[in-house]
Amino acid sequence: MSEATAHHDAHAAPTGFVRRYLFSMDHKVIGIQYWILALVAVFIGMALSFLMRLQIAYPDTPFAFLEALFPKGAEGGQLTPEFYLSMVTMHGTIMVFFVLTTAPQGGFGNWGLPIQIGARDMAFPFLNMMSFWVTFLAFVAIIIALFFAGGAPLGGWTGYPPLSALGPEAGPGQGWGMTWWIISIALFCVASLIGSLNFIVTTLVLRCKGMTLMRMPLTCWGWFTTAILSLLSFPVLLGAGVLLLLDRHAGTSFFLPSNLVVGGKPVDHSGGSPILFQHLFWFFGHPEVYIAILPGMGAVSQIIATCARKPIFGYRAMVYAIFAIGGLGFFVWGHHMFISGMNPYTAVAFSVLTLTIGVPSAVKTINWLGTIWGGKIRFNTPMLFSLGFVSVFVSGGLGGIFLGQSSVDLFLHDTYFVVGHFHLTMGVSAIFGIFAGTYYWFPKMFGRMMHEGMGKAHFFISLIGVYLIFIPMHTIGMGGAPRRYYDSTSFKYLEDIISMNSMITWAAFITIGAQAIFVVNLIWTMLAGKKASDNPWEATTLEWICATPPVHLNFDEDPVVHHGPYEYSVPGAEKDYIMQTDPPSAVPAGTPAQH
Amino acid sequence: MGRFFGLLIWALTAISVIVLLRGVGAAPEAISQAGRDIDSQFYLTLAITGVVFVIAQGLLGWFIWQYREGREGTVTYIHGNNKIEVGGGVVIGVVFVALALLGQKAWAALHLAGETEDALHVEVTGQQFAWNIRYPGKDGVLGETAPQFVETVNPIGISPRDPAGKDDVMSINKLVVPVNRPVQLNLKSLDVLHDFFMPALRIKQDTVPGLSIPLRFKAEKTGTYDVACAELCGQGHYSMKATLEVMEPAQFEAWLAESAPSEE
Ligand code: HEM
Ligand SMILES: [Cu+2]
Ligand SMILES: [Cu+2]
Repeated sequence: MSEATAHHDAHAAPTGFVRRYLFSMDHKVIGIQYWILALVAVFIGMALSFLMRLQIAYPDTPFAFLEALFPKGAEGGQLTPEFYLSMVTMHGTIMVFFVLTTAPQGGFGNWGLPIQIGARDMAFPFLNMMSFWVTFLAFVAIIIALFFAGGAPLGGWTGYPPLSALGPEAGPGQGWGMTWWIISIALFCVASLIGSLNFIVTTLVLRCKGMTLMRMPLTCWGWFTTAILSLLSFPVLLGAGVLLLLDRHAGTSFFLPSNLVVGGKPVDHSGGSPILFQHLFWFFGHPEVYIAILPGMGAVSQIIATCARKPIFGYRAMVYAIFAIGGLGFFVWGHHMFISGMNPYTAVAFSVLTLTIGVPSAVKTINWLGTIWGGKIRFNTPMLFSLGFVSVFVSGGLGGIFLGQSSVDLFLHDTYFVVGHFHLTMGVSAIFGIFAGTYYWFPKMFGRMMHEGMGKAHFFISLIGVYLIFIPMHTIGMGGAPRRYYDSTSFKYLEDIISMNSMITWAAFITIGAQAIFVVNLIWTMLAGKKASDNPWEATTLEWICATPPVHLNFDEDPVVHHGPYEYSVPGAEKDYIMQTDPPSAVPAGTPAQH
Repeated sequence: MGRFFGLLIWALTAISVIVLLRGVGAAPEAISQAGRDIDSQFYLTLAITGVVFVIAQGLLGWFIWQYREGREGTVTYIHGNNKIEVGGGVVIGVVFVALALLGQKAWAALHLAGETEDALHVEVTGQQFAWNIRYPGKDGVLGETAPQFVETVNPIGISPRDPAGKDDVMSINKLVVPVNRPVQLNLKSLDVLHDFFMPALRIKQDTVPGLSIPLRFKAEKTGTYDVACAELCGQGHYSMKATLEVMEPAQFEAWLAESAPSEE
């Protein structure tokens, strides 16, 4: 599709710092901007989680440093309940939106999609720049919410009304902090919507010659499917957010029923439904967890094939599975609402549909295992994180089989079992995907190889750490410990099981500390890292034929693709990998066709 | 590296199994048939997912151990195997969907079965941060409520004009029920969402302002049990605690009579 060339004559390489690095329209710069934003966000989110863990494990112990840091939120060295809950809210919101939705799609997707399909940029570079800067504004808004006088919001990352709709009468954190929280989410929706359109058009229109859909790397399938999910789900959340704002500030009653009495005073609202908000939220919320994870699945598939030196096992099945997961994801939101008071008959349908997602997930797992089976695995850091992803995804995913059953969920809903489950699947898996991508593409993005020793230490401590943090959370949930609890020590039935909390907190402490290795590695690499060759992993896809780092508009001449993305160890071939752009003759005659 | 990593995956699998087994029996003793049914569905799920877990992690660890770079032999050039992929998908699909269908039994018994005739009706109204529990008095009818009557001594606003409300029995943060008798809670909320969670019965239900949601159970063992709020409702969420007291019927009647408002 050579319109790519025509289209791009319009935007020549900019000069000057501002146009080049700040308000850049180059997809690679924008990708790196998203990635940096996510990096900043993940460290804020992690710091908050440490404070929460401290409170959970030692609810009665004052810490002088807490009072020094937060004179109001931790008077006497102990967190207040509202401060704890605002951290739960901020941690969840920052992680879900500004890390998991930002880095895998906005970051790596932007950087990688155009290059991997042989395009010179995104279809709409200006929109691309806008979507980053709107995301940035959303981030500013959430930080404002965090520091707003009158209290950071404390509605959880789900922000259910009536609590979130009533205003300051409903308690601390329900004033302007909550309003800014909603504004942030709404801006984020707008940015994601713009971004997703761009991804979809780019994938469909700007593929280079020979790059058929079924020759696209699985990364591109991940980004493409994610974009479709974003396009269909973010507008619904945007609508819910706007209605919530109107309820708060314009006197409407979309989510507020009549006869409310808050803080002893009747409230003047009537006719709304709190459950409606939950439907809208989770119609977005369930696809959102796939928005977080599908790009990671793509990257991990890519890295596993490359580092096992084997074709991906079941390419077509992988593509169909990505689509099946994405598609089914729109019909299962009710599994978050079994106990909400919705019609109990619908629970039956949501329950069965939810468990069918086990099928494409199983296919993906089988295919990852099939890919390393019979390979020769190079255990470099990107590969370690990718294999870690597979392990953690299986561990976390199986928890969904419990929570997807309405009857079992009656007990487990809103307990620590849920916290353990979603951290492993959505949280840690996606984070491992981000780390795998970082170690893998860093040489091409910045021209230097990250330090392997530090990378390995970072990986092994993190892997052991996340198992020791999040598996025991399932156990505590099996005992029935509710989540979003400032203090659970007053419950007799929990006395025994919550003794595990101090171990979890220590594991979290070490795991969070180990992330410093990653930061040191980044800095060290930028200053003194080994120069990267053009194709350090001996991979086949198009980014590796580019200069290091790639030039503006990526390619000197338009690439032409002759092969699928996973031609490793082809018998009789000269090297153990065949670049997608190698001539057709690179594959010896008589080799079985790819699909 | 491959050997170490493969062993590590196995070790983490073993540790996970041990830690999860620590959760078996960690929940308080189930005191209803429904609770025991939910437990058996839970343990069936634990067994099935446990097998899948060990197989998947076992294979992962084994392949990592086995297929490291530098081993003997060549890389197998293969693009997939439909039999394994479809077969694996179908097996997982059949097992999981069967599990989902089986799980509906406990759900249907709780939520789809209609009202039982001799059930004791109790109204539970959540508010930041307390549970208001109300029994109809001798007349068997609850009085009307309205927001304008809410005050400290009348937290849910029982109308003074409605004679049916005069003998209603109020109890704060304490739900008392007779043993072995079906109970229907009608769950309401004054302000925001809450959730009435009775771990010993294995059930929870959101309380939603504007709705009255029925929740049925039959407790089979006398005693005092914890009730927690399981839906974030504000800064006092963690402290919104109640107790469930299951008594012999005679004792329950006595308690009810004792708690009735004095006649004016
Ligand atoms: C070292 C890593 C982490 C630790 C120790 C940690 C710990 C916690 C804790 C203690 C809570 C609050 C539990 C409660 O009171 O209910 C929580 C909630 C949450 N975390 Fe994490 N977390 C970590 C990483 C992540 C990551 C990577 C994500 C990305 C998805 C994430 C997403 C969430 C979400 C969405 C919530 C729920 C917030 C809510 O209830 O509204 N966490 N985490
Ligand atoms: Cu979901
Ligand atoms: Cu609550």
